[in-house]
Amino acid sequence: MTSPSPLLEARALCFSRQDEPVFGPVDFALHGGEVALVEGDNGSGKTTLMRVLTGMLHAGEGEVLLDGAPFALDTMAGAVVFLGHHLGLKFDLSARENLAVSAGLYGVRAGTSITAVLGDVGLAGFEDEPVRRLSAGQKKRAALARLLLLPARVWLLDEPYANLDREGIALVNRLLRDHAARGGAALVTSHGAVTFAGDEPRRIRLHA
Amino acid sequence: MTPGSTPAACAALLRRDLTLAWRRRGDIALPVLYAVIVVTLFPFALGPEPQLLQRIAGGVVFVTVLLAMLLSLDGLFRPDIDDGSMEQLMLAPQPLALLVGMKILAHWLTAALPLVVVAPVLASMLHLPPPAIVVLVVALAVATPLLSLLGAVLVALAAGAKRSGMLLALMLLPLCVPVVIFAAGAVAAAQDGLPWIAPIAWLGAGLALAVVLAPLACAAALRIAMDT
Repeated sequence: MTSPSPLLEARALCFSRQDEPVFGPVDFALHGGEVALVEGDNGSGKTTLMRVLTGMLHAGEGEVLLDGAPFALDTMAGAVVFLGHHLGLKFDLSARENLAVSAGLYGVRAGTSITAVLGDVGLAGFEDEPVRRLSAGQKKRAALARLLLLPARVWLLDEPYANLDREGIALVNRLLRDHAARGGAALVTSHGAVTFAGDEPRRIRLHA
Repeated sequence: MTPGSTPAACAALLRRDLTLAWRRRGDIALPVLYAVIVVTLFPFALGPEPQLLQRIAGGVVFVTVLLAMLLSLDGLFRPDIDDGSMEQLMLAPQPLALLVGMKILAHWLTAALPLVVVAPVLASMLHLPPPAIVVLVVALAVATPLLSLLGAVLVALAAGAKRSGMLLALMLLPLCVPVVIFAAGAVAAAQDGLPWIAPIAWLGAGLALAVVLAPLACAAALRIAMDT
């Protein structure tokens, strides 16, 4: 399952805000089929690390490699999908319409459809309800459906367990396991104790 | 169209913004209502002499349309930045400038086009003669996209600041002045029976330049705004 060059790699990655170090140096290599957990207390820079890895924030030092090549927002072409605190859903649109926009922008993973992924995350029957009327947990599920729909190989999930019930947490674990089995890689942040579906995950610790 | 291709991405984004605007129809009606109220008030304030109203009609309609467009400008990128949609746009495998261009097009269709449609009614309320009204509509059709594009660049530049409304108004003023001069100049020339195509051509040249450059500038400014 392990490919020769890691899907996502960080080398001596540091980030400072106004000369105040936020995190780092961070080193890790994530191969296809691996899921890693980024741990750290509130304010230790987990979200900042995620935003640096997406290329939206420029790291002060160090580099991020995607498939062994230094990556930039222009060239990585939808290989990475990011789920942050802001879910990126339009509340006036239904879950189906939101996913249709994402599908138009990123393309669709072979063998899936919008209806299928919405059923998969437990939103069958709520497809055409405006997202505004869904509960916080259902909104999160609608955002998770995007992960299933898009063809990205690297998932960056910032606190995917927030707002989810026990069943929802199991759902995230199942999505991560399936994604790893397909050869994808995922980086997940959490401040709580989390175990992915039984086995002990790789851990990357951030210190404040 | 295959999902994920550039035309599909543009179509998806355009459809999204138009659907969102349609779900909030009241927000589209507001600038139109504002323009109608302002233009209606002028004859009451200045007196109903047709000669006076005829002379100021072109300028009044232009300034009113410009101010009405300002109302909606702040909502061009702000909602997308606040709800995380902008992050999704930036990570999409499409040129950000093109996607931003689609957003500006959607903004023009929802915020400016209704004003262009209602402008002949407003102008005839001020006794502008029909031949001049035709020139007014032509001038607006060229000037409003230009204003949308210029405004979008400034909104993107101010996106990093928390309360950017004031900043926006100050920055937009000098950029609006030439547009208003040329557009109102064309209408005034038509009223005096002079050739009016030259000012429109200047506006068209400005529009051609802005269509190419403004989305690029917007994309760069938005990247900087998100890099904090």
